[in-house]
Amino acid sequence: MASTPAVKKIMQPSDKATSDYSKAPMVRPSIPEGKGMRTADELAQATEKISVRDMSFYYSENRALTDISLSIPERCVTAFIGPSGCGKSTFLRCFNRMNDMIEGTRVDGEVLLEGQDIYSSRTDIVTLRKRIGMVFQKSTPFPKSIFDNVSFGPKIAGISKKKELYEIVERSLQRSALWDEVKDRLSESALNLSGGQQQRLCIARALANDPDILLMDEPASALDPASTARIEDLIFELKEQYTIVIVTHNMQQAARVSDQAAFFYQGLLVESGATEELFTNPKKQQTEDYITGRFG
Amino acid sequence: MSTKLDIYTTKRRGRFINFLFTSVCFLATMACVLMLLVLIWNIILQGKGWLSWDFIERLPSRFPHKAGIKSALWGSIWLISLTAMFSVPLGVGAAVYLEEYAPKSRWRKLIQLNISNLAGVPSIVYGILGLGLFVRALAFERSVLSGALTLTLVVLPIIILASQEALRSVPDSIRRSAYALGATRWQTVWYQVLPASLPGIMTGVILSLSRALGEAAPLIAVGAMAYVPFVPEKLTDEFTALPIQIFNWTARPQEDFHHLAAAGILVLLIVLVSMNAIAVFVRHKYGKKIRW
Repeated sequence: MASTPAVKKIMQPSDKATSDYSKAPMVRPSIPEGKGMRTADELAQATEKISVRDMSFYYSENRALTDISLSIPERCVTAFIGPSGCGKSTFLRCFNRMNDMIEGTRVDGEVLLEGQDIYSSRTDIVTLRKRIGMVFQKSTPFPKSIFDNVSFGPKIAGISKKKELYEIVERSLQRSALWDEVKDRLSESALNLSGGQQQRLCIARALANDPDILLMDEPASALDPASTARIEDLIFELKEQYTIVIVTHNMQQAARVSDQAAFFYQGLLVESGATEELFTNPKKQQTEDYITGRFG
Repeated sequence: MSTKLDIYTTKRRGRFINFLFTSVCFLATMACVLMLLVLIWNIILQGKGWLSWDFIERLPSRFPHKAGIKSALWGSIWLISLTAMFSVPLGVGAAVYLEEYAPKSRWRKLIQLNISNLAGVPSIVYGILGLGLFVRALAFERSVLSGALTLTLVVLPIIILASQEALRSVPDSIRRSAYALGATRWQTVWYQVLPASLPGIMTGVILSLSRALGEAAPLIAVGAMAYVPFVPEKLTDEFTALPIQIFNWTARPQEDFHHLAAAGILVLLIVLVSMNAIAVFVRHKYGKKIRW
């Protein structure tokens, strides 16, 4: 694939959450070149897939997100960065309404998917979640066979022909770059796969629903560097077809995979823009400090 | 740092306490095992020679050498099958509702507290309830149906609690993943949560049914007969059960009936052990595949 990232850099010391930031040298995550990253102009021209307007989010009385406005461009990777507890994961879960499962949550403002309000009373959550797939931080295969894992989405959507299901499973596993590793053991338990394979299985499972958008909540944070690199390669390939939103703690990763980045701090969207610009020339001092690892 | 102990140095006191504690725990275990062995040995001694195929195939009789356990064994099989049919759907259904659907309200807490308490209520109390409700109010008479419904009352709280435990052991990530794939709550529960918790539920069900199998008190209260010279053929038939037959024989003065009782206990134990073995097997077979 043309867009495979050529640079697989070893992590910088500043990536470690435990390092002492006051003493750490300033390290600016490098933007890999020639990898098909969208420029600011391209981003501006891209179709708007999701549009968030003045959105606030509440856990009971606590406001977790304040007046967020952001545009998610189609077929691009948008990365949410920021320190723990800044609200980036909460924001991600707003797109497929996973926060609905938590009692006492409330949303103000608008989140539009191609102009349709996600939080409208007419929205069917099941349909919404089929169009917006999600991959979690911890890989969560169902305790079933590989085939049953991937075919779960289409099955509950009403597809019951074995042949059709098999085609979907094969296509999804190929797209998530797992097919060659598992094609001979589709009936084996998914729990026998390695951590990295399980995470790609979860991606395949989400792709089997044929979504437009893929939400990824720190998809590689529990994986070793080699598996992380595979996931990143995969994200790069998938963005040709899907709109991807990824939450990451890893600055290098955000710089490597994303086209657009948004920096959150204490429930506020501090800055967003083309990754290229945000990482080389941020407008806000706070952003600069965070991405260079002076606070975290 | 010059006076380091060499690694052969021991503290006698520490070693002694260690030995003492290990011994006490070991003896406690052995005491239980020993009592069980004595009991079983005693029963085998008394019952051997009386336990035969004829014994299982003969109906009760007032002549010990002609007496058998057929009607009691079949009565117990009827009871357990019916109890399972009533209590499993009810128990698992209640557990699913409480764990997966019920909003976290005071009501739910109250219901939960009640179920936990009901699991500890002596079974004779259920027997009296069964007598009033099934035998008299609903006029099911002293039938195998009344008996099974009463036993259902006895085991229901246990099945609910065991199933809840099994459902709770399914990590939330499974539910979240299913929801994120566009599953409805029903699909999430039916296709993911229930299958994943099935080994735990089955174990709970089998263990509580084996408790029901050994119950005599509630059945006496609902009027299980000691002398039933026939096998129940329909729900309204009168019945007896293994523990009741055993109790009846033990209460007789003639020595031979005590041997019969011992043989009956052996039959009961064999059925119980087989049921527990199934529980262990199920948990082992299906539990192994699932590790979170």
